[in-house]
Amino acid sequence: MKFGNALKTGAALAIALSVTTAPLAFAAQQKGDLQIFSWWTGVASSKALRGIIHVFNEQYPGIKVTNDAVAGGAGSNAKAILASRMEAGNPPGTFQVHAGGGSLLSWVQAGDMQPLNSLYQSQGWYKAFPKSLLNLLTINGKIYAVPVDMQRGNVTWYNPSVFKKYHLAVPASFQQFFADAAVLKRHGITPLALANHGNWEATLLFSDVLLGTVGPVKYDQLLTGKAPWSIPGVQAAANTFVRMMAYTNTDYSALHWQQADQLVAQGKAAMNVMGDWAQGYFTTALHLKPGAGFGWAATPGTRGVFGAVADVFGLPSKLTDKTPTLDFLKVLGSKKAQDVFNPLKGTFSPRLDSNAKLYDAYSREAMQSYKRDKLVLVIGQGAVNPGFTNSFNNAMEIFVTNHNVKQFVSALESAAQSNPLS
Amino acid sequence: MKGWTHASQGARMSVRRRFSWDQFSAVATLIPSLILLGVFVYGFIVWTGYVSLTNWNSFIPTFSFAGLQNYINVFGTFRFQSDLRNIVVFTALFIIGCLIVGMGLALLIDQRVRAEGLFRSIFIFPMAISFVVTGVIWSWILNPGTGVNLVLKAFGWKTLPSWFLSTTIVPNITLGQIQVGIPLALLAVLIAAVWQMSGFAMAVYLAGLRGISDDIKEAARIDGAGALRMFWSIILPQLRSTTTTIVIILSAASLKVFGLIYAMTGPGQEFVTDMPSLNMFQTTFQGDQFAQGAAIAIVLLLLLAVFIIPYLISTLRQDSSS
Repeated sequence: MKFGNALKTGAALAIALSVTTAPLAFAAQQKGDLQIFSWWTGVASSKALRGIIHVFNEQYPGIKVTNDAVAGGAGSNAKAILASRMEAGNPPGTFQVHAGGGSLLSWVQAGDMQPLNSLYQSQGWYKAFPKSLLNLLTINGKIYAVPVDMQRGNVTWYNPSVFKKYHLAVPASFQQFFADAAVLKRHGITPLALANHGNWEATLLFSDVLLGTVGPVKYDQLLTGKAPWSIPGVQAAANTFVRMMAYTNTDYSALHWQQADQLVAQGKAAMNVMGDWAQGYFTTALHLKPGAGFGWAATPGTRGVFGAVADVFGLPSKLTDKTPTLDFLKVLGSKKAQDVFNPLKGTFSPRLDSNAKLYDAYSREAMQSYKRDKLVLVIGQGAVNPGFTNSFNNAMEIFVTNHNVKQFVSALESAAQSNPLS
Repeated sequence: MKGWTHASQGARMSVRRRFSWDQFSAVATLIPSLILLGVFVYGFIVWTGYVSLTNWNSFIPTFSFAGLQNYINVFGTFRFQSDLRNIVVFTALFIIGCLIVGMGLALLIDQRVRAEGLFRSIFIFPMAISFVVTGVIWSWILNPGTGVNLVLKAFGWKTLPSWFLSTTIVPNITLGQIQVGIPLALLAVLIAAVWQMSGFAMAVYLAGLRGISDDIKEAARIDGAGALRMFWSIILPQLRSTTTTIVIILSAASLKVFGLIYAMTGPGQEFVTDMPSLNMFQTTFQGDQFAQGAAIAIVLLLLLAVFIIPYLISTLRQDSSS
């Protein structure tokens, strides 16, 4: 009996060993592991991510890729998990972050990122991407991340038939905006649809109003801490914003951005200011034709400026084996991978040599603007100090209702003081 | 005689041995959960308290001592002052609402109605739904442009309520930076919250009602007590400990409310529906101001303690007296 038991145990052990050694033997042939951390869990974005992993594995079959995507509102959950992993000295192979002085700058300042200048040199990327984009990824002469996609944050989406019906031109300046708005309001159409359930939407609108008021140079200085928020332009922008609020729907804090764009699509509202992720909503969810069912233009006063929202990936410095990450970044920045990724995700490739034929009418036009125009960052899209953004959103939550310009501007000033922007 | 002593000694010894074995196994089974609780609950409470006294307000972990500066900063903001007003108003009205509705439902069901089980299930079902789902559904129902306002409009109401979009605060007394009173927007959130949790109060009350001995009720009836008199003088006093239990559990649920607000209204315009938990989440994980987030967490913990500690003391006292 005892002998029998021992035999059984031995057999079980042997089976267990054979089961566990099989993957071990397999792993031995591999060159390494790579965890890719992102908040790309939506239908389009996860498909795009799988596309890029596929391209990578074709070139580097030996590296086992783990897709560590975390779901949840614009990456807020992912950022929390990332922070705890970095803190514990257990960074993922590479992770998604926005270009600019937001989390990327914070990680660099914390000493958690490694510069990629030599990678850029070897891959010829200094010429593949426009200088104005590389500036957003460079801190003290060192470049810290590889851009994979590009989105625009300063777009007015409009309903062409509404503008046609009342013989109006899509406003290029604030003066035109208010002239149009008065006409539209008289005819019972909401001039500007606004959604503010998440409170970042009004921040985006204000960001574009500020850009249109002070111009790209001053705007850039404000966002990088080179100009104080007490300059008169900020106050002027806040005043314009208050005037615009008189032409919006009143239930904005109950609406999500898609609902605001739906108002535009239905002709109940004429315009909405939103990033160009709205384009995917118009074409995919509402089945509208670009140009016919919906139109687009730069927000008032921002023609010739491109509000850039780009996802970028970097190299964590606490990583023990950096080779798989560097291999992945090589693929990520390549034309081939970006031409697979971006059409699937509904964004466009930030490379200067990307294939325009892969994209629809809207994206092609946005690409032209991107290559030609000055790039600036967009407040609230991971572009500046997260502490500043949070304080900014808090100030906006009050300002959007009470319209107290003085209080709002002084809140921004103190937010910039307690959360340095450079 | 001798045999008896012997047997009793043997019995006593075996009792003692079994007792020590029981004790050992009890401690052994408790140890894993004690360790887990110690590390993941109490350990992290201490850690959060420590972080709240540091300067760690970015990705760079700086543990230099900040004193109470984070608390001063947090208490100085319009947002946190609004949070404190909201949490007090919300908790008070939420508990009162659930107690009244729950008691009403329990009394109705206790009338030995037909299909009692069916009604009990219907009333308690909302509890099975997550707060997020409740929040989304009620935000549709109470959306001023759609939902219930369309019905009111059809009935000829002139001034339609703006529900959770209202920024009105009644009675509106200025204190510090904020207006003190009941934010009307919170009432809309309260409708959803009471709808969800009053079934729980009902279930507990129903158990309490069934536990009241018929002798007392019979005695009262013989003394000539009417239904109302019976309720005030017999049933309510008998349900006192039941009420305490409900109040404690609901206050804990109320103070940490997050999902409902997050899904239904967010912080709201001028923070009329903001809660400390929401503020804590955004400060910590969107603003990366870890020390300030920790300070909010500690204030929230202290608020909870105000409810929990008296309850613990009273239950401990009851245990030792019985």
